[in-house]
This record gives sequence, C-alpha cells and structure tokens, in this order.
Amino acid sequence: MYQYTDFDRQFVRQRAAQYRDQLERNLRGELKDDEFRPLRLQNGWYVQRYAPMLRVAVPYGELASRQLRVLAKIARDFDQPRAAVYQHASESQAELGTPHLPVGYGHFSTRQNVQFNWIPLEKSADVMDLLATVDLHGIQTSGNCIRNITSDALAGIAPDEVIDPRPYAEIMRQWSTLHPEFAFLPRKFKIAINGALEDRAAVAWHDVGLHLVRNAAGEVGFKVLVGGGMGRTPMIASTLREFLPWNQILNYLEAVVRVYNRFGRRDNLYKARIKILVKAEGQRFVDEVEAEFDSILKHDGAAHAIPQAELDRVSAHFLPPVTASGSATPVDLSAMDAAEYKRWLAQNVRAHKNPALRAVTLSFKRLGHAPGDATADQLDAAADLADRFSAGEVRVTHEQNLLLPWVAEHDLPALWQAARALGVAKANIGLLTDMITCPGGDLCALANARSLPLAQAITERFQDLDELFDLGPVDLHISGCMNSCGHHHTGHIGVLGVDKDGREWYQISLGGSDGSNLSGAAVPGKVIGPSFAASEVTDVVEALLDNYRVYRKSGETFIDCVRRLGPETFKLAANAVRHETRDGGRVLHVHLATADAATD
Amino acid sequence: MNTLELISSDATIQTPAGLQVIELANDADPRTLALDGITRIELNFPKFTDGRAFSQAYLLRRRLDFKGDIRATGDVLVDQLLQMQRSGFSSAVLRADQSLAHAQRQLTHFAGFYQGDAAQPQPQFASQGAAA
Repeated sequence: MYQYTDFDRQFVRQRAAQYRDQLERNLRGELKDDEFRPLRLQNGWYVQRYAPMLRVAVPYGELASRQLRVLAKIARDFDQPRAAVYQHASESQAELGTPHLPVGYGHFSTRQNVQFNWIPLEKSADVMDLLATVDLHGIQTSGNCIRNITSDALAGIAPDEVIDPRPYAEIMRQWSTLHPEFAFLPRKFKIAINGALEDRAAVAWHDVGLHLVRNAAGEVGFKVLVGGGMGRTPMIASTLREFLPWNQILNYLEAVVRVYNRFGRRDNLYKARIKILVKAEGQRFVDEVEAEFDSILKHDGAAHAIPQAELDRVSAHFLPPVTASGSATPVDLSAMDAAEYKRWLAQNVRAHKNPALRAVTLSFKRLGHAPGDATADQLDAAADLADRFSAGEVRVTHEQNLLLPWVAEHDLPALWQAARALGVAKANIGLLTDMITCPGGDLCALANARSLPLAQAITERFQDLDELFDLGPVDLHISGCMNSCGHHHTGHIGVLGVDKDGREWYQISLGGSDGSNLSGAAVPGKVIGPSFAASEVTDVVEALLDNYRVYRKSGETFIDCVRRLGPETFKLAANAVRHETRDGGRVLHVHLATADAATD
Repeated sequence: MNTLELISSDATIQTPAGLQVIELANDADPRTLALDGITRIELNFPKFTDGRAFSQAYLLRRRLDFKGDIRATGDVLVDQLLQMQRSGFSSAVLRADQSLAHAQRQLTHFAGFYQGDAAQPQPQFASQGAAA
C-alpha cells in the first residue's frame, strides 16, 4: 500500500486546519452557508435529507487495518445524530412506513469510498482531525472537481492483470489534489483506471476512463476514453487515444480538463458533464484537446511529464507484502459446514497472481442491513480479519463489499469460520442479492423514491442459496433517482425510482452492462415499459428471473439469455404481475414520460 | 512565486494615464487577444463557483507569457484567493463584505502543493525526485 511521506501527512493536516477555519467562520456567521457549501463539499461534507453525510476518500479502494479502526471509531463515536434530528427523521420516515433508521455505521460506496450519515456538522472538523491521524481525508469526494480515482478491487493481485494500475492512480491522485485551476469545474469529474484484461472498473462509464496497455514494442501506455457517464443521459465514453505513453498522462489529463473547464456548459445542471460536451462537439472536442496537449508539451514545457524515478518511487510502495507462509490452523468442518464452505469457496474466493494466495470478498449484502453497511463493531472486526489473514489490508469494492487481498490458501477454512461468525460469509458474491443500491429516499435529499426497502424486500424473497446458485450471476442495480448512484443503467436488471404525484414508482430496465466479461461491452439497459408501483417490484424481479428459467439454454447466464431473446417475453412476464398499475387488465401508463424525456 | 495584491472593494482604484486595461469576459478566448502594450487584464468571476477565469488566467500567464497584472474582479471571496494566486492572478479586488484580515490568512494554510501551477510551474515530484 502507499505509505504517506512527511509531505503527504503535513498536507492532509494543513487541509484539516483550513477546513476547521472555514467551519468556525461559518458557525460564527462570518461565512454564509451558500459560500461555505462548496468548501465543505470538497472536504466530503454533503448535507442530506436529515443530516450531513461525510464521504471519506479511499484512493482506489485500498485501506489499512489501522485506518479501518479509525473509521469504526468514527461510526461509533460520531455517527450519532442529536436527539431532535433523529426524532424528526424517524417521524418523517414513519409517515412513509419505514421508521427504522440505523445509526453508528459506515457505508461502502460504489466509488470505493466510505460514507457516514449522521455526524453533526459542528463536529466535522474534529472528524477531519481524527481522519488525518491515519492519513485519511475527504478531499474532493464531492463538489464540482476531480473526484477520488477508482480502480479494480483486484488491482495488483488479479491473474489477468497486465500492469498494476495503483502507482499510476496514486500519481494521478496527487496531481488532482487541490489543483488550483480545476476546483470549480462545470460539474463533477470522475476518473477510473484499469490494468487488467477484464474491465472491473466500469471504465467506459467515467468522465475519463483509462486502460493500461502495452503496445507492440512492449511499452506501457494508456488507452484514453472520455465522456462516459450515467445520470439522465447515459453515455459510453469515446476513445481519444488508443495509446498514450504512460509518462504523459498528467499532461493529457490537464488538456482534457482545461478544455472541459473552459467550454463545458454551466447554464444547465443536467448538461454540464463532459459527456454532453464530447457528444455535442464531437471531433471539435478531440481537436481542441489535442491542440491543448500539444501546447502543453511544446510551449508550457510539459512540466507534469512523469519521470521514471517518480514512477519507481511510488511503485515501490506497491510491492506485495510479506505474507506468513506457515501452515493452517486445523479447523474441523462438519458435513453440513463442508457443503456451505464449498459454496463460499466457489462464490466469494477468487484466484490470485500468487498461486499460494486468494482474494476473499466479505459479503456486506445480508438481511437486516442495507447493502454495503457495516456497523462500528463489524468495521473493527474486519480490521482484525485483515490483520490476521490479509497482511493488514482490505479493499472497498465497487459492488459495496470488502475484499481481503492477501489471504493464504491454507487459511481459508479459518477465515471462513471467522467471517461466518461475523455474518459476512454469505456465499452470494456476484449473485442476485449482491446488489448495488444507493441510499435512496431514506437518507438522500435528491432521491425520488426509496431504494433500501426494495433491496430489503428482494433480499428477503431470495434467501435460498440453492435458488440463487441456480439463477447464477445477475447484476441487480437500484437507484432512487436519475442521478444513478445505484448504477441502474449497468444492471442486468436496473431499477430506477421516479416520483409522480408524490408517490414512488420504479422503472425497470433490462440488459445493462458495466463492461465486465460477464456482462459484455458497456451499454445502458433498456426500460421495459411504464413504471411499476413499489409493491410490484419484487414480483417483477421474480417474474423476470422465472422467465429466464423457462427459456434459458443449458449453462446460459441471465444476461446472455436477455440478449438472445430480446425484451418481449420479459416484458410480458413483468406486466403479468402488475396489480396496482393494472386497470381491468389494461396497464395504466403511470409514468410513460420518463425523466429522460422530460429533461433532454 | 507570485504574490497576490489584495485590494479592498472600497479602495479608490486609480488607473494612471496610459495604463492599458482589458476587461475580458468570462467566456472569451484569451488566446485571441493582442497583448502588445496591455498592462492589466481584468478577469471577472460572475459567481465564485464559476471556474472559467482560472483557466483564462493560466493561459494568459503560461501560454501567452503575459507579464502584466492579471486582476480578479466580481464575486471574489477570500476562500478562492489561493486558487487565484496559483492560477496566475496577481491582484484581486475583494467583494465588499470580505475581510482583508481573513484574506491574508487564506494564502498561508499550505506549505506546498503536489502539482505545478502558473506561479510555480514545477510539480512537487520534480524536487522529490531530485532528493531521492
């Protein structure tokens, strides 16, 4: 893992001190709320429906156990709303029928960050100081700036890796941190980087997506994609460069972001992302970026060309840790345990570059908790597992779980028992209930509808592991609004919350892909008709899966079956379970005008 | 390193005779300007969250090698002064309600930065590499 230098450590502390000054001026009334807002956003403080949310940056998802323990402490000591705030929240949610609002926990986000939902803003500077003690912060995790850079959770350990993306991600993280020219972009700006054959970082869905590649001469470079994004107008990024030499990546990013900063739309929030500029300008955008890049090289002196020495310095941080060789703790497994263990091995354990090691995913998709939520005690326990089994390191995954990257093969039975005791050994990774879900209307002020009650209902319906195994890999993604934090566009089954006449409705889409091997080339799913009522969604999911079971060929996955058959039979199956949205056999068009249609 | 001259909004701004000033609109392309004889370019922030002038200043300072005064006007708040200084501005007229005392402090929070900028073109890794 990257270890902070004295410079890095001092920098984060200076940032925490700067934030404290801003917060105190705001609390004294010297800095107006509207003027404080972008400042706190760029430190990760985003005010939600009832309380502020803190998003802690986890660069490319890597966390050390000592950092996880501080996150546990924050969950325990700070993720606690004042009584009046909590009472108001519970009463408001009770009117919707879901008064249960857990506190004292952390949440793993799809961009590999960790979020907290209940910390009073007055305590925010104390939390930043605490984070800084373990080299953590919330810099640029919100706001219209270059956000935390994401990558493959298997970076540095995947057998299909071509080049480890982490040193490049770290160099880009440093370059983008407090970049003076790019703090007030038209809109947020997200970069993802992948270094393996398979794309596990949803690269084509990002403002800038980077694939590390080798050219015919064996040199390392980037395939550069620009202009992907979800939201109201889902778009797949365009390729600007098939091969950009690795040492020019910062100069090239500078060109891309400068062109975006100058020409991106600022008159309409929904048209402000770079994808709209790329689409509207086409080749002119590409020409402008290339001309800007050329000027940076030839006129400005290419100051951010990365020297080999700098790559070497950063790369040295990412050497594999020394893992204990030793032998296994003997573990007795009963026959029943053995069957369960075997499933867990098949589903939650992945191959590793080092044949003696495995990558193990702890499942945070289980009954009674929102997807990706971990209590303070579970965060502490995960840190203990990391110390005991994984060289003190965990990864936050895009799918909202934790991954242990350095587990010895012979430790798997002991790890399984320990993880099962914690309730994070459910063998559902990659299966239906390993769903991606945004916080939705329970917490988020932007949401049109709630996501978490749906996730809970679907989890309850599909508890039978035999059934989940039989259904095979299914990406179910749920977003509470068009902002797409639950990545509904990339779900094999996507669920999108919409609001009409003050009620919650859900659009269902089929056949989306994040770009992984399983799902195929990145593509948004297609909506299968008018919205469904909340009470119908679980039935619809089941109907879609039943339809798959009827029509699938031997060994065919859900997504392949959807692609082969097309949407018609699935649409019929889904419509057949309508009850609230059916009137005498005729489907009510409760939400034919989609949010897309309304705004674009 | 550039320093940023902070100008209180109520200061009488005297423009000596012969000073050639351009006021550049936020969406104008600075690369098309004829800069001969120009002594000051004023870049406007219609809202403090509109970051276009940062790129304009950078281009003027580094791309066009403009040596005169680059001045921030409009919605100029103390919390963005550091970004202005680093992007190539050399003076800033504070919005009327902004405190000059706070302004000075905002420029001193950090001992250094990672990336190069208009005032200090070399990134931190350039010196780090030399030390390593």
